[in-house]
Amino acid sequence: MITGQENQVPAEAHKAWASILELSAREVFSLMLAAELTSSSEPAIENGLNITSMVGLAGSVCGLLSLRCSTSSASLIASKMLGEDLSCVEDTKLDAVGEVCNMVAGNFKDKIAGMGDGCKLSVPTVIVGEDYSLRALTNDYSIDVKLLFDRFPLIFSIRLNQ
Amino acid sequence: MGNIRVLIVDDSSVMRKIVERSLRQANLAISQVYEAANGEEALGVLTREKVDLILCDINMPVMDGLEFVKHLPAVENAKGTPVVMITTEGSESHVVQALSAGARGYIRKPFTPDLVSTQISSVLEGKQ
Repeated sequence: MITGQENQVPAEAHKAWASILELSAREVFSLMLAAELTSSSEPAIENGLNITSMVGLAGSVCGLLSLRCSTSSASLIASKMLGEDLSCVEDTKLDAVGEVCNMVAGNFKDKIAGMGDGCKLSVPTVIVGEDYSLRALTNDYSIDVKLLFDRFPLIFSIRLNQ
Repeated sequence: MGNIRVLIVDDSSVMRKIVERSLRQANLAISQVYEAANGEEALGVLTREKVDLILCDINMPVMDGLEFVKHLPAVENAKGTPVVMITTEGSESHVVQALSAGARGYIRKPFTPDLVSTQISSVLEGKQ
């Protein structure tokens, strides 16, 4: 569980950045997995989202972009990326989720005017398990985007400090 | 160009496989693929093997891609070998940094196999 202050981006910026985050995720899944993410009208069920990948942003904007998903969706992500069934290969699943998060973060920052040149990405970190509390030091703004990959929920989150 | 030997440098094993698959889908005559998880490992490979093309990520632990490219002029097996960066860092300054360091091409993740094919073919044609 990622916790922190509940401050939100001002409404207009929130809407714009949430759209950019969603577009960034959709592009990565379309190009690298040949898969389309869909919106869900139902609230995402967060139980079972036991894999969290995180990429840090540092520079003109500091923050953390994360992707939370289930083991089943991680398997599907890896299988789609590599075009083969990988249901039993744990390291590959985690590597795939980390790399997807990394590409979404890179895509996101390149779409925000002025952020691409002045902001660097960390290498991805992946946490397995749900029973944790993470407090990012960059909690000025938070945006969550919930999408479905096949039938599995994915939650893309960004915590920013400006 | 036939019998191309390629070195793929990326800390993600998944991404190394995807890049290799993209090269094979591009119908390039790949004869050998070497892999390394960071710049330091890649320099180790190049002490033993000569390759025709290096595909390299930028953000990697131990030794990143830009640092790796700067070391290449001193490596006998890498002299004249073109390097193409494949990275999530797509900003103008990163592209300029990579090209200034000696890279011949730049592919931004996410990518399509067609883009990889076009870029690699162009770089290899330039080498001939």
